[in-house]
Amino acid sequence: MTVLDTRPVQPGSSSAAALVRRIATARETGILIALLLVIVAATVANPSFLFSGDGFRDLLLTPSLLLLVAIGSAIVIITRNVDLSVGSIVGLTAYLTGRMFIDIPGIPLIGVFIGGVLLGGFLGLINGALVAFARVPALVITLGTLYIYRGINVAWAGGNRINASDLPKDFRALGTDRILGIPILTIIAAVVLIAAAWYLRNLRSGRELYAIGSDPAAAHLYGLRVTRRVIGAFVVSGALAGLAGVLYAARYGTVSSAAGFGWELQAIGAAVIGGVAISGGVGTVWGAAIGAFLLLTINRALPILGIDDFWQRAVVGALIIGSIVLDRVLAVRQHRRLIAQREVDR
Amino acid sequence: MFGLQRKGRLALAAATLAVGAFALAGCSGSSGGTASEGGDSGDANLSITMLPKNLGNPYFDTSTGGAEEATDEFGGTFEEVGPSEASPTSQVQYIQTAAQQGAGGLIVSANDPEAICDALNEARDAGVKVVTFDSDTNADCRDLFINQATAEGIAKIQVDLIAEQIGDAGQIAILSASANATNQNAWIEMMEELLASDHPDIELVETVYGDDDDQTSFDKTAALLQTYPELKGIISPTTVGISAAARYLSTSEYKGKVALTGLGTPNQMREYVEDGTVTAFALWNPADLGYLAAFAAQALITGEITGEEGDSFEAGKLGSFEVGADATVLLGDPYVFDAENIGDFDF
Amino acid sequence: MTAATASSNGRVAPARVYKLHARPAWRRFLLTREAAIIALLILVIAIASVTVRNFDSPLTVTYLLRDVAPILLIALPMTLIIITEEIDLSVASIVGLSSVTTGILTNAGWPFVAAALTAIFVGVLCGVVNGFLVTVVGLPSLAVTIGTLALFRGIAVGLLGTTAITDFPEFWTDIAKANIPGTPIPVIMIPFAILAIIFAVLLHFTPFGRSLYAIGLNKEAAQFSGIDVGRTKFILFVLSGAVSGFAGVYFTLLYSNARGDNAMGMELQVIAAVLLGGVSIFGGRGALHGVIAGVLLIGTLGSALRLAGVTSDIINVITGVLLILSVVSASFLAWLQARRSAAVGKKKGRAGTSPDGS
Repeated sequence: MTVLDTRPVQPGSSSAAALVRRIATARETGILIALLLVIVAATVANPSFLFSGDGFRDLLLTPSLLLLVAIGSAIVIITRNVDLSVGSIVGLTAYLTGRMFIDIPGIPLIGVFIGGVLLGGFLGLINGALVAFARVPALVITLGTLYIYRGINVAWAGGNRINASDLPKDFRALGTDRILGIPILTIIAAVVLIAAAWYLRNLRSGRELYAIGSDPAAAHLYGLRVTRRVIGAFVVSGALAGLAGVLYAARYGTVSSAAGFGWELQAIGAAVIGGVAISGGVGTVWGAAIGAFLLLTINRALPILGIDDFWQRAVVGALIIGSIVLDRVLAVRQHRRLIAQREVDR
Repeated sequence: MFGLQRKGRLALAAATLAVGAFALAGCSGSSGGTASEGGDSGDANLSITMLPKNLGNPYFDTSTGGAEEATDEFGGTFEEVGPSEASPTSQVQYIQTAAQQGAGGLIVSANDPEAICDALNEARDAGVKVVTFDSDTNADCRDLFINQATAEGIAKIQVDLIAEQIGDAGQIAILSASANATNQNAWIEMMEELLASDHPDIELVETVYGDDDDQTSFDKTAALLQTYPELKGIISPTTVGISAAARYLSTSEYKGKVALTGLGTPNQMREYVEDGTVTAFALWNPADLGYLAAFAAQALITGEITGEEGDSFEAGKLGSFEVGADATVLLGDPYVFDAENIGDFDF
Repeated sequence: MTAATASSNGRVAPARVYKLHARPAWRRFLLTREAAIIALLILVIAIASVTVRNFDSPLTVTYLLRDVAPILLIALPMTLIIITEEIDLSVASIVGLSSVTTGILTNAGWPFVAAALTAIFVGVLCGVVNGFLVTVVGLPSLAVTIGTLALFRGIAVGLLGTTAITDFPEFWTDIAKANIPGTPIPVIMIPFAILAIIFAVLLHFTPFGRSLYAIGLNKEAAQFSGIDVGRTKFILFVLSGAVSGFAGVYFTLLYSNARGDNAMGMELQVIAAVLLGGVSIFGGRGALHGVIAGVLLIGTLGSALRLAGVTSDIINVITGVLLILSVVSASFLAWLQARRSAAVGKKKGRAGTSPDGS
């Protein structure tokens, strides 16, 4: 039924203005501003934070590993699950990388990358299968696999560690070289980020992840292949953690069995700060990426600002709590607005 | 009837798993038992347990090798255990296990002078002889301490090296191991005294702690160089710290401009001496240290010495050693490695 | 499950049977998950005593109970929290913060008892923060406690850095390590036993405890039936904080060591043990004796394997496998049960529609 729309045109309701408003109020913009503020404050205190060659390189380089893991975590959290085993997957694949170089001399770099990603994906598949088929909360499953994978890692490594001298020079160069001034690792992370963001926004299977996270029962009734998508999300999370493990070996050179320890909480924190709601269905990987940058930049900036960097964790905790409170306030406000709208439209 | 099957199945499955685990463990347990029966001289219990600060540290791998060689020489059995991270409380469990297993001697490098004291004393009450090496505990919780060199000697040589490399003036920083480590803290204290008295133009701006973890030491070096743009030198009195710092420095723009010295192993540092990141550093032979510690433990177990000052014992190929004050045995002096002699060593 | 009171010919009104009490008492008590875990624990102890050298020495019991005491203590309130379908991941950070508080105050010259009480109070405060965010602000407890895990740990590490305070009055450290005279059982088991009895009574024999099960099974129904869900959960988080604070004081005395990263990772061990002990992660089901057996099982396995020379990593692997097996098997059994009752229902349905059929 067509009805003439006789409502007067509101100022600022054109699509361009709507776009600007959406960007301005987006959560991602908020944390991006926070990140820039931190960088500015640190640079004012000590210009070499940003302007020295090393400073700029490290600023971009260090977060790129966490960024990969945070993207994977964000994808899993969007489906209303959580993956606590990513830290152990990073450790295991980093050790595998070293072992591949030692045990298979002359292996091409691409082979090592494929091996790491495959192992990570396989470990993620185990997680996903257990969560999807056993109908057990992902918290519990990934808690168990966190122990198991870390235990396998330590048992395999024993007391040994991979030393920098065991890795070929061109592999380690990946960890420090730059193209056009931007570190290679950052470029890899940025490519993955763009691919993930595009997938979640534009491909149907990506959009379905949001549906599953918003309301799993409705998604199931609607006919979405929930099991397949959830397993896929865990496989992606594992594969990205695997890639991060390979790059860890390239960046740090030395891999002990404690590599990646504690990364899962950092990644979840980065995602939550970046606007990915823990109850699923909301958030973007851009937010998670900026969240990862923010966390690690704070880590570097604190000593420059004269605060002991031991306080970094407390700052991260406060940020996480602040983010989820903000999420809740916004959700309540949205809920009220929708109810009011329903009354108006009636 | 049906319910019995279901619950029973769960218990049965879990029990099978546990039985399987124990079958494996039982086999290794009993084979461990027979191994310790053979090869001991007389009726002394010559089973030696080695507990370094943490596993996976090349310095301790070398000292463990030395101790194992010594144990083979005097016919004992050897076992190395340890935590994966160098924290004070993580060693306690292993000390307790050694006490329970009735080890003859426990050789320990302590992460904290006080935290493991109670556990060590309980082990000594259970008949285990406790020898500390490399990093001491309080003197009343161990029977002997094998010191690689005097604290003054170790501190002096590092201060002298850095002073030489930066022209005796400028800012320096220290990258240490864990914040409670007895040995590093003793050396740092000496270094601060030496700097105050002999090198007034050198300013120690900060001491950071890498926790003997490679990634942490790497990141802390990066942070140091960022925070203090005027930094001229870094001293790292820990082999993990100096190798991580060297690795960071060699890819940084500060290579060659910021001097790096400290205690490092030749194998880890060779690459960085050759590419110019590091000019010279110092150490002793950790294999000799472990060797001596094992022989000291054996001497205590067989009753050859009791740890009193003036006692002397034989330590295989190293000769005879005498116990000094505070139940301490000194290995020797630190040694300087540089581009000329680094090719001669393999540890 | 109804039983007809007459023989098969003619329809009689089925007698009222209470499903929970339909089976004989021995079945009710022995065929539960908790009993399975207890049986497993006894089995493990028996096998270990036989195959592992030195396992049967009294030192084993002493070391085991001393080391596992903090986990035992924290598992008590954690059980209650998980029964109401919430979770508290910040317990280990509260232990760390309370440990740091004890250390700093003792170092500043406070008498130890005052320092310890303040540390427990700090734990209570942390519990209040958790409870406030979960009940008043209405946030999911998983997210809140991940945040407070980082926040409290961060405050603990920020206050002390990585230095450790290791100087504590010998009187208290000796008590923490002493055994009950004449037995190899450590003294800490006395406060634990008292707390365990209090929690058991609270959970199984008071209306408050019954309300926890109701909340876990269906929060809305519980709310409508008059239970103050918000206040109940708030109390639980405060209890958890208080017990974690106490565990922190004990941990500090046990190792004579107050450090910012004490007990890191302990929350996962507690949760693994609680889930292993038969408490359902979905809430509404669980009992304390199973949880205590679960904690002791993990502790005993760890102790026995360590004595047998197996590295501690295998212990972690086994813990993880046991955890996954226990929750997956719970799901599997529930699925089996649903299939069975569906089949039975189908059979009954067929029998109902065609009385002279099969």
